[in-house]
Amino acid sequence: MLSYFLRRVLYAVPIAVGVTLLVFMLLHMAPGDPVNAVAGPDAPADVVEALRRAYGFDKPLPYQYLLYLGRVLTGDLGVSVATGRAVAGELAQAFSNTLVLALGAALIGFVAGIGLGGVAGWHKGTIVDHLATVVSLVGVSVPHYWLGMVLVILMAVEANLLPAMGMGSTPGEQLRHALLPVLTMAVIPTGIVARSVRAAVGETLEREFVQALKAKGLRRGAIMLHVVRNVSPTIVAVLGLQFGYLLGGSILIETVFSWPGTGFLLNEAIFKRDLPILQGIILMLALFFVLLNLLVDVAQAALDPRMRRA
Amino acid sequence: MTMVPHALPPVPDVGGPAQPLLKVDGLTKHFPVRGTGFFAPKLVARAVDGVSFSIAKGETLGVVGESGCGKSTTARLLMRLIEPDAGEMVFDGELVGEELGIRDLRRRMQMVFQDSYASLNPRLIIADSLAFAPTVHGIPHAEAMAAAAELLEQVGLDPKAVLGRYPHQLSGGQRQRINIARALALRPRLVILDEAVSALDKSVEAQVLNLLVDLKRRFDLTYVFISHDLNVVHYIADRAMVMYLGKVVEIGPVDRIYADPRHPYTRALFAARLSSDPERRSVAAALEGDPPNPINPPSGCRFRTRCPLAGEICAAHEPVVTDLGEGHSVACHLADPASGHSEASRHG
Amino acid sequence: MDTSAVTRIPPNQIEATRSPGYWESVARRVLADRVTLVCLTILATIALAAIFADVLAPADPLKTSMAKRLRAIGTPGFPLGTDELGRDILSRLLHGGRMSLLMGSWPVANALVIGGILGVTAGFFGGRLNMAIMRVVDVFYAFPSVLLAVAISGALGSGMKNAIVALTIVFVPPLVRIAETVTTQVRGLDFVEAARASGAGSATIIRVHLLPNVLGPIVVYASGLFSVSIILASGLSFLGLGVEPPQAEWGLMLNTLRQAIYVQPWVAILPGVMIFVTSICCNLASDGLRAAMEIKG
Repeated sequence: MLSYFLRRVLYAVPIAVGVTLLVFMLLHMAPGDPVNAVAGPDAPADVVEALRRAYGFDKPLPYQYLLYLGRVLTGDLGVSVATGRAVAGELAQAFSNTLVLALGAALIGFVAGIGLGGVAGWHKGTIVDHLATVVSLVGVSVPHYWLGMVLVILMAVEANLLPAMGMGSTPGEQLRHALLPVLTMAVIPTGIVARSVRAAVGETLEREFVQALKAKGLRRGAIMLHVVRNVSPTIVAVLGLQFGYLLGGSILIETVFSWPGTGFLLNEAIFKRDLPILQGIILMLALFFVLLNLLVDVAQAALDPRMRRA
Repeated sequence: MTMVPHALPPVPDVGGPAQPLLKVDGLTKHFPVRGTGFFAPKLVARAVDGVSFSIAKGETLGVVGESGCGKSTTARLLMRLIEPDAGEMVFDGELVGEELGIRDLRRRMQMVFQDSYASLNPRLIIADSLAFAPTVHGIPHAEAMAAAAELLEQVGLDPKAVLGRYPHQLSGGQRQRINIARALALRPRLVILDEAVSALDKSVEAQVLNLLVDLKRRFDLTYVFISHDLNVVHYIADRAMVMYLGKVVEIGPVDRIYADPRHPYTRALFAARLSSDPERRSVAAALEGDPPNPINPPSGCRFRTRCPLAGEICAAHEPVVTDLGEGHSVACHLADPASGHSEASRHG
Repeated sequence: MDTSAVTRIPPNQIEATRSPGYWESVARRVLADRVTLVCLTILATIALAAIFADVLAPADPLKTSMAKRLRAIGTPGFPLGTDELGRDILSRLLHGGRMSLLMGSWPVANALVIGGILGVTAGFFGGRLNMAIMRVVDVFYAFPSVLLAVAISGALGSGMKNAIVALTIVFVPPLVRIAETVTTQVRGLDFVEAARASGAGSATIIRVHLLPNVLGPIVVYASGLFSVSIILASGLSFLGLGVEPPQAEWGLMLNTLRQAIYVQPWVAILPGVMIFVTSICCNLASDGLRAAMEIKG
């Protein structure tokens, strides 16, 4: 297990390096002189020149990348063009706001998805099974930014029950503000988790060992325990991936609800052409995703010894 | 020999009947394997390790051994489907890779695989599968298609009922006959049958075996017949070659090897065989356990860890091949009086 | 042996005995599947309506009118109402479908070609080439798809072309992976070995033996991406990163109509309904195709 863990960590390192390379390249994909993207449109000439030298824009790309990597490793993500503040600081608050949404949506989506999918997989062909199929289909098909608008119309415009946008200041207000975006975000993981759990449970029930357990006359509860043990590695992988998608895909929902998280900040950064912020957010979310995948793989290996050999 | 109408002419004989059709010397293949531990060194599996033998024109060489002994790897090495790490092959006097190119070798040598379904492209009708190889060698498509019909009759199938079919619509026996027909489409001189009848039902297996005997005569073929079934090898082969962990341990005429096996491994292998004769009960101890890992084979003689007669010498030195006369030879210290094995004289 | 008994069968007679091929069977199964058929019909209708928007649209989708802003559904002359600039919603939905479908399908088609070629290459040749391709793909997998699309089109700047480039980059890695996996499986099968043993070169083997056996699973996988692509493409336009105003596109319409939810909420959600319906039909049709392809042969 320790050997697997070390190998898996070692495997994540080149990926993380690749991520930094791709994020570094974002600056050079942008049209125009990259120094202007970092300095901002109104920077005086001497500041631009100082930045050009500091970032090595007059040097070849590999050198610039090494400089960038060096800054990233020391926690320096640059300075926001729009506000003049350090990117790392701006990110911290936004990330915690996004985390609130993602955790809430994950809690609702995972519980609903596992419950629905579990019952559906256990009782194939029943009403619950059909419901799970419909929910899964809606979950993967619905444009959630649109669903957010529909919920706003229903709950805020028509019924005037919940606030439509913003975050509020007191914890109670925040909870009311978070409710709609969290519900909207939860739809996708609910559908996908329900579909995966339903398939995994259904498949496991058809396996020979379960048939043998049934033939032995084992109680339902005991069989269920065997099924849970067998599907849990698969489900852990799905949940981990979905949580990552919630964190990284919050931009549309945060834009709809004006929720001041990383997505909202990212959207602002794009329109103000604030590339340091853009790079910082992408880098942080992607690295978090790499870490998440690492944790998922390790958790899977802990649950299923066969994974350790892979 | 009756002339069989066919689009491709047979490859003419070169060196006369006395020259071996195929001579293999020191064939070796080590597969790199990744260790499972974090700091594991790079390892190699010695799948085939210095295999030498020769096949006379018109004979059938049976190759036997447990699974993992290197039989199938040897077959693939002969076809050059995998590149050998070392060793030479001479086909009818021509050195393979130099005097004889790989493409030309593959016209002279063909192979039939064990899994009849996996060996046929599921998206091609039988006619296209049979016509593929000849078109690769420059035969016009229409001619190759016509030849496909003839080939099917040669293997005892009704062309009209089979040519337009897909593999999944046919039975395992039918598919294996088609695979044999495909191998013959290039008019090869040597056909490697890698467990070609092992997956078939017993009754079908007998029919296909008889077909193989028949085809051999009709097409003037030489066979390398790989099988784990000793009875089948006894029936079809002229000579038998016994492999263990990538090495040839014994080779010789089938009748001599079956009547008087000299290597302890061969004896154990035969002892494990079920006899239909109630008078011939198995007395020798059958093999126990699995063969050792080819990644780290035992020193000296590779069989010594399972050999009831292993002595000190067996761990220290690899046995040399001892010629017992009449084409029978064995790689065992017991058969070599000069080996220094304490029981060499009694068993040798 | 009596050679006169050998029957020569001319190729045209072989063709006559040819069993229905794999794709024929798949097509027959799709046509027998009512749900898939309904979905395909709806998709075809939407596509045709978008293609012939010029003829079908009752009004100019770009013509604004301050006097006729935000009319309700069912207003005479404006069956689906008007938007915040007084433009006819029905006409804009028809024209918008053109952009949305184009932006949804183009990246998938691009990725199918690029990812397919890379994946089949990696799978067939293996070794270091495989390592190089697959490790780069791994890096792209470190980004959630929405984030990657937004990052690239955000850096490139808004515009339809940039959005298509960004979405193509998003869809290439999954297609490389699926193509590589399927190719590796098929390459190990005995019929590929047999083809090599017959002396055929790599190009011939790939064309005759590999592609017909790997294209099916790759295409089915790609068909499943259409729905994601439609949602993501409209999402980018919704964020202002795709099609630029005053052009009509479902996601962009949804964005500009957001301010209208207090006045004409049911008009405001119409573009989203179109995205939803298209995406649901794509998913169901893809599932139907997948099910129809699960046959031997």
